[in-house]
Amino acid sequence: MQFLNSIGQRVLFGLVLLLAVLVLNFTLIHMAPGDPADVIAGEMGGATEEMMASIRKAYGLDRPFHEQLFSYVGKVFQGDLGYSYYFDQPVTELIFERLSATLLLVLTSLFLAIFLGTFLGVFASQNPNGMLSHFVTLLALLGYSLPVFWTGIMLLILLAAPPVDLFPIAGMYDVTKDGGTFDYILDVLHHLILPVVTLSTIYLAFYSRLSRASMLDVLGADYIRTARAKGLSERVVVYKHALRNGVLPVVTFAGLQFSQLFSGAVLVETVFSWPGLGTLAFDSIGRRDTPMLLGILFFSALIVIVANILTDISYRLIDPRIKTGMKT
Amino acid sequence: MNTPSPILSVADLAVEFDMRDGVARVIDDLSFDLMPGETLGIVGESGCGKSMTALSIMRLVPMPPGRIAGGEIRLDGENLVAASDVRIREIRGNEISMIFQEPMTSLNPVYTVGDQIAETVRLHEGLSKRDARDRAIEMLRAVAIPAPEARVEEYPHQLSGGMRQRVMIAMALTCRPRVLIADEPTTALDVTVQAQIFDLLRDLKEQTQTAIILITHDMGVIAEMAQRVVVMYAGRKVEDAPVDELLLNPKHPYSQGLIACVPHLQAVPTVERPPLMEIPGVVPSVSELGRGGCPFAPRCAQAMDRCRQQMPPPSTVAPGHQVACWLIDETRAA
Ligand SMILES: Nc1ncnc2c1ncn2[C@@H]1O[C@H](COP(=O)(O)OP(=O)(O)OP(=O)(O)O)[C@@H](O)[C@H]1O
Ligand SMILES: [Mg+2]
Repeated sequence: MQFLNSIGQRVLFGLVLLLAVLVLNFTLIHMAPGDPADVIAGEMGGATEEMMASIRKAYGLDRPFHEQLFSYVGKVFQGDLGYSYYFDQPVTELIFERLSATLLLVLTSLFLAIFLGTFLGVFASQNPNGMLSHFVTLLALLGYSLPVFWTGIMLLILLAAPPVDLFPIAGMYDVTKDGGTFDYILDVLHHLILPVVTLSTIYLAFYSRLSRASMLDVLGADYIRTARAKGLSERVVVYKHALRNGVLPVVTFAGLQFSQLFSGAVLVETVFSWPGLGTLAFDSIGRRDTPMLLGILFFSALIVIVANILTDISYRLIDPRIKTGMKT
Repeated sequence: MNTPSPILSVADLAVEFDMRDGVARVIDDLSFDLMPGETLGIVGESGCGKSMTALSIMRLVPMPPGRIAGGEIRLDGENLVAASDVRIREIRGNEISMIFQEPMTSLNPVYTVGDQIAETVRLHEGLSKRDARDRAIEMLRAVAIPAPEARVEEYPHQLSGGMRQRVMIAMALTCRPRVLIADEPTTALDVTVQAQIFDLLRDLKEQTQTAIILITHDMGVIAEMAQRVVVMYAGRKVEDAPVDELLLNPKHPYSQGLIACVPHLQAVPTVERPPLMEIPGVVPSVSELGRGGCPFAPRCAQAMDRCRQQMPPPSTVAPGHQVACWLIDETRAA
């Protein structure tokens, strides 16, 4: 009950936050120079002053700022993010079209990084001066210092161009290929490898270091000595008693990083021409496609907030001290 | 009548730690016996190696940097120092159990106390989940935790320090071990709770006849709980005697000092004690150990030249009463 209560609180807080994000984004974008009517007119191949005026009227651009804001916020809370100036399609539709590509990239990278990173960290922590432990430190250093776009471009040059040419250069699937669903899936996976490797490198480095440090900490705890004193095998001590405690910081950071993962995805998507939200956002800036951009920003905020609530829930499930609402 | 053989026998134990500037011998030449059903006290100041002795018996000395560098620890004749890891894990929590100084942090925060108790019996006795849970409840009742059926589902943070130490005791005793090591089980608890925990240990011991090694730096506790006592100083045994004998007739200046620190034990003025309420100086740091000579000499009011040059060997002054001090020779010669 208390559990549901505090989750309810988080949801309410999230809604308030979303409202703030909406107002702030809308205001900022309207303060930016440039007239969207120009862009729309440009799309139509140039326009006279009258046509510009009618465009402004059609899109409500002639109304006072606060009216525009109120009507926008009202619509958003009804699930309507408006029409893209550029595509002339509902923004929500466009977002959902691209969302799956981004989620595929981001979630694959995140899960890969978390699982691989955690286990690398756990192995390393068991022998803090061993080879693997040094490897984790080195990996972390590389992951921190290599810029994402650089890693991406290097991978492309080395592995996706002659003489190696193992991977496709761009996109998510090969439009020229014909085949069944299975072939399509294989093709997508093939396209997915390099972007995922690029995006997960930094996070892998981060998570392996984080879990190594956290596990080293936990393995020195008194309750680990208790577990050993019971006669438990080292495997049970590490994977049952230590891991569940050691993984808590990983869960926290996974939630926090979900937002950063989206911004990282913008770079990776651009480098690999991955047809996701990142490329869409990037292109929309150039196109002055305000509703599209606002929609994507709002949607990212929504995802971050949902991710935080999910983190909170999983944290409560792992750590009983939080479930009962006690502060530690 | 033949004398019973000890259930646990420590002989010439040495424990070393690798330090930045060489090797530190934190336990040296330590020997003592634990008889079946006996409570043996180990006393000494902080850092004298009491916990390390306990951890050696459990083979839990952190390794590296530590190691058991020599000696034997025999459980019913079986040498634990040489036993395989598998065998040691069978013994831990089953034949020898340990409770620790820090009840607040010695239980895993993410599992219920019931699970943590049940885990031990499931491991050693292969009980089903259900039976293990019943056993956990039964053990919680045995350590006088109220409403054990409810408590079994609780997490450590929901219990007070005293309750947690009771849980630790329940966990240690579930498999009816032959030896229980209690390493300062009440140091972290307040005085009234301390008394309750000792009462509990005494009751349980009467029921189960488990032999107990009780580690403390409190002579008062030893006087109440133990039958025999080993006094340690800087990793060595300086005196070993039945409790009454030690309290009435301590031979080593360090033991005399320890007893003098506890006012109500001084009620029997049989021996002339040095007039100190506290022993001056501090325990030598580990790197200073093993330099030859008695480690207590720098703090000893009666130290002679010989004390600073040669380590005194243990000598028997009365049946079951051993002392390592050159003063014994002096009094004998006189
Ligand atoms: N990990 C370690 N590395 C190096 N030295 C250690 C380590 N652990 C313990 N020691 C040393 O071993 C010696 C004995 O420590 P031990 O913990 O057995 O003392 P103790 O008698 O239990 O003290 P206390 O009453 O404070 O619990 C101390 O001098 C300590 O500095
Ligand atoms: Mg200790």
